[in-house]
Amino acid sequence: MTDTGITPAPAAFHGLIATLKHARYTITENPVSGFAFGMFLLLTACAIIGPSIVPHDPLASDTAVALHPPSLHHLFGTDQIGRDIFSRVIVATRLDMWIAVSSVALVFAMGGIAGIAAGFFGGWIDQVVGRVADTIMAFPLFVLAMGIVAALGNTVTNIIIATAIINFPLYARVARAEANIRRDAGYVQAARLTGNGELRILLTQILPNIMPIMMVQMSLTMGYAILNAAGLSFIGLGVRPPTPEWGIMVAEGAGFIVSGDWWIAFFPGAALMLAVFCFNLLGDCLRDIVDPQRRS
Amino acid sequence: MLAQIARRLATALPTLVGVVIVTFLLTRVLPGDTAVYFAGPAATPQAIEEIRVKLGLDKPLPAQFVDYVKNLAAGNLGESLSTGQTVLSDIRVRLPASAELTLSGLLLAIVIAVPLGILAAVRQGSWIDHTCRIVATAGVSLPVFFSGLLLVYVFYYRLDWAPPPLGRLGVFYSAPDTVTGFYLIDSLLARDFETFRAALAQLVLPAVTLAIFALAPITRMTRASMLAALASDFVRTARANGLSSYAVIVTYAFRNAMLPVVTTLGMVLSFLLGANVLVEKVFAWPGIGSYAVDALIKSDYAPVQGFVLVMAILYVTLNFLIDVLYGIIDPRVRIG
Repeated sequence: MTDTGITPAPAAFHGLIATLKHARYTITENPVSGFAFGMFLLLTACAIIGPSIVPHDPLASDTAVALHPPSLHHLFGTDQIGRDIFSRVIVATRLDMWIAVSSVALVFAMGGIAGIAAGFFGGWIDQVVGRVADTIMAFPLFVLAMGIVAALGNTVTNIIIATAIINFPLYARVARAEANIRRDAGYVQAARLTGNGELRILLTQILPNIMPIMMVQMSLTMGYAILNAAGLSFIGLGVRPPTPEWGIMVAEGAGFIVSGDWWIAFFPGAALMLAVFCFNLLGDCLRDIVDPQRRS
Repeated sequence: MLAQIARRLATALPTLVGVVIVTFLLTRVLPGDTAVYFAGPAATPQAIEEIRVKLGLDKPLPAQFVDYVKNLAAGNLGESLSTGQTVLSDIRVRLPASAELTLSGLLLAIVIAVPLGILAAVRQGSWIDHTCRIVATAGVSLPVFFSGLLLVYVFYYRLDWAPPPLGRLGVFYSAPDTVTGFYLIDSLLARDFETFRAALAQLVLPAVTLAIFALAPITRMTRASMLAALASDFVRTARANGLSSYAVIVTYAFRNAMLPVVTTLGMVLSFLLGANVLVEKVFAWPGIGSYAVDALIKSDYAPVQGFVLVMAILYVTLNFLIDVLYGIIDPRVRIG
């Protein structure tokens, strides 16, 4: 090893530094990416410490201040029973993020494993995974999610499961394609020649190599997961009042729009929009970092 | 061509079988025991057992599946507990409302998005291009129920341009005689222009809401495929031969760029049919989406299952039509 002059550890270290530098470049070079990253930090902060920093109790009603427009005391105004909308929007971040993150993590595991197995082994596994994905894609996705939640029961957990299922084809297909082009790559054949079993190759060679692309996929579908979950709760599925959640808060405020009390629906809706916007931008930005050739 | 369509039809069949299997499974994993649910809260064990036998729930699952398929073939989707009608007749009455809304939204989106995408590609880097990119990213981020409510606030409450968001026709109008079920077409057929205007006024906001939602993917795809077409050799040759830029862009580049756009329409329709449910809820539109939502809230499951099945069959059919269209636009493509 000494005659090459470079030992593996510093090489990996330099690689990491280069990636970080490139990441910093991508974030700072484009103000939009910087904005998205800032928004992401803000959302994470709200999700973690939000409930302990809000000025009012998100569930406490006070009919004396019902339907007040935004003011200094109530930044986003109050709803029909006098709850502070600012506090409710902030507190809701945690639940919305939790639904999105856990459904994406679930589909990452399900779709990732199924897709990698399909692409690497081919044969009947490929057939089955392909059929399942095709069948899911045959439904309008939001409609299928409604059907799943109706069938499994009207709970937050089932919203997470439904959101994961409708995203399954996307993940399975990406993982399948990426595993498929690598099944006979040089390094895989080298690993095979040195006597590694197929499963071991799958875990130590294929999986780490397709991880970055799957991560990008996660961040790109995160926004869609939030939208989908909020849509389901908007029509009254999953989250129950008075729990603060963006979708259901927009639904509660919808009836007041026609009488001009816009703030009840507007602020949760705007928060929802910003969160989705932030994740969509972040996904594009992450793709630029991981895969500079596919820059948009 | 006909043989190709037949082949494509043959590939659509397994998909339909898959759809029927999934909807069957969804009916059988209802929360709790289906028989207990239908028997009501005060039922005795004997009554529950009777209902179990009556519904065929005591049979093994494959036998239940055969029953289910037989019912479907006979057009029996069950009965709605809340409306007291058969699900099929409810859906048949409400489907035209949804179809009119979705098609208007899609048409509006195409009419705006395709020229916008072409302009963005032709003038790459200009302000049109930037507008296009902002529209594309903002459009996919905007929750469709939120944009609908914003439109209601601005155009109904603030400006008073739009009628109240309460269904397909104002209370002072009566529905035109049913021919197609589309109020716009039926009122024109009846030469009732007042009703036509009223129906159009009701339709504009929900259709625009759907169109905003569908704009993003269509614009993005048109721009990308126009860019690819404009960079190709045949466009360079056409330019070098001195053809007018109109001929180059419309006849040469656009016709080739249309193909990927038509393919995206399948995905756009999937989004639109889902978004339709939310828009119908916001605008109290009496379509099948709001029907399913109302039933869902009342734990009335047969309409929801019928709705999911009908939507899936509709979507499979539309995708099939898109593929056929694809074959017509581009004779090189072998469909199926």
